[in-house]
Amino acid sequence: MASKTISPTRMELTRLKTRLKTAKRGHKLLKDKRDELMRQFLEIVRHNRDLRTKVDEGLARGNRALSVASAIMSSDMLEQALLYPRQRVELDMTFRNIMSVNVPVYEFKTEVSDTADIYPYGFAQTSGELDDAIEAMSGVFEDMFELAQVEKTMQLLADEIEKTRRRVNALEYIMIPDMETNIKYISMKLEENDRSTKVRLMKVKDMVLEQTHKYNS
Amino acid sequence: MYKIAVMGGADTVLGFKALGLDTYPVSSDDEARRVFKRLTEPDEKYAIIYMEERLSQTLAEEISEYNDKPVPAVILIPGRDGSMGLGLTALHNAVMRAVGADIL
Repeated sequence: MASKTISPTRMELTRLKTRLKTAKRGHKLLKDKRDELMRQFLEIVRHNRDLRTKVDEGLARGNRALSVASAIMSSDMLEQALLYPRQRVELDMTFRNIMSVNVPVYEFKTEVSDTADIYPYGFAQTSGELDDAIEAMSGVFEDMFELAQVEKTMQLLADEIEKTRRRVNALEYIMIPDMETNIKYISMKLEENDRSTKVRLMKVKDMVLEQTHKYNS
Repeated sequence: MYKIAVMGGADTVLGFKALGLDTYPVSSDDEARRVFKRLTEPDEKYAIIYMEERLSQTLAEEISEYNDKPVPAVILIPGRDGSMGLGLTALHNAVMRAVGADIL
C-alpha cells in the first residue's frame, strides 16, 4: 500500500483508523495463538522424540531377532509361519481440536487381547528367535500407534505455526506500519488544508475590508 | 474403520504381518511409488502408513504432499539393516519449520 495513492479525505481517515484497530486486535490474537501453539508443539516434540527412540530401538531388536530367525529357518518356512496372522487390528480415528488445528486421535482394537497369544504358528517347527522377534515387535506395537498420532500432530502443528508466524509478521512489520504512515499522512494533509483555508479566509477578509472601508490594517 | 499399512522391503514387512497389519512388500522404486499412490487413495482408507526409511528418499516428494493433511500419517520405521535415523531427521525438520531454528 503506497502512501501516494490514497486520497486524503476524512472518510478515508476514519476507514483507515478502524482498519488499524482491527489489525492490531488481530495481531494480538494471532500472537497469542502462535505462543500457545508453540507451547503445545514443544511438548509434543519432546514426547515424539522419546517415542521415536523407543520404537526405533524395539524395531531394531525385532529386526535383529528376525534376521537370526531367517538364518536358522528356511525362508519358505518363515513365510509360512507368518502367513496367517492371529492378530487383527482395527483402527478408529477421531479428530481433536488443538487451537483450531484438527489432529487425528487413533483408537485401536486388537482381536487377540492376550499379548502372550499372538504367535500365529506352532512352536514345534519354528526357531525361538522368531518368537523373540515377534515379541519385540509387539512390545512396541502400541507405541507405534502413539508415535503415528504424535508425529502427525507434530507435522500439522508445525504447518499451522508456520502459517500463523507469517501472518503475525506480515501484520506486525508490513500492514500495521503501513497503515500508521497512511493515517499520519492523511491527518497532516488535512491539517495543512485547514491552515490554507484559514489563511485564504484571512486574506479575503483583508481585501473586503480594504475595498469597503478603505481600511488598511 | 481405518486400516494400517506397512510398506518396505520384503524382509522388513514380514514381521509386521504377524502383528496383523497389512503389509506391502516392494522391491523397486517404481513399485514403491505405485503402491504408495494406491495406498493414499481415499477409498483405501489407510490412516497410517508405516514406511521403511530407505523408501522415504525415493518417495520424498510424494510424502511431503501428505505432511500437512490429517490423513494418512506417513511414519518412517527402521528397516532390516538398521536405523538410518531418518525418523529423527523428520522431527528436526518439523521443528525447523515451526520455530525457524533447530532448538533440539
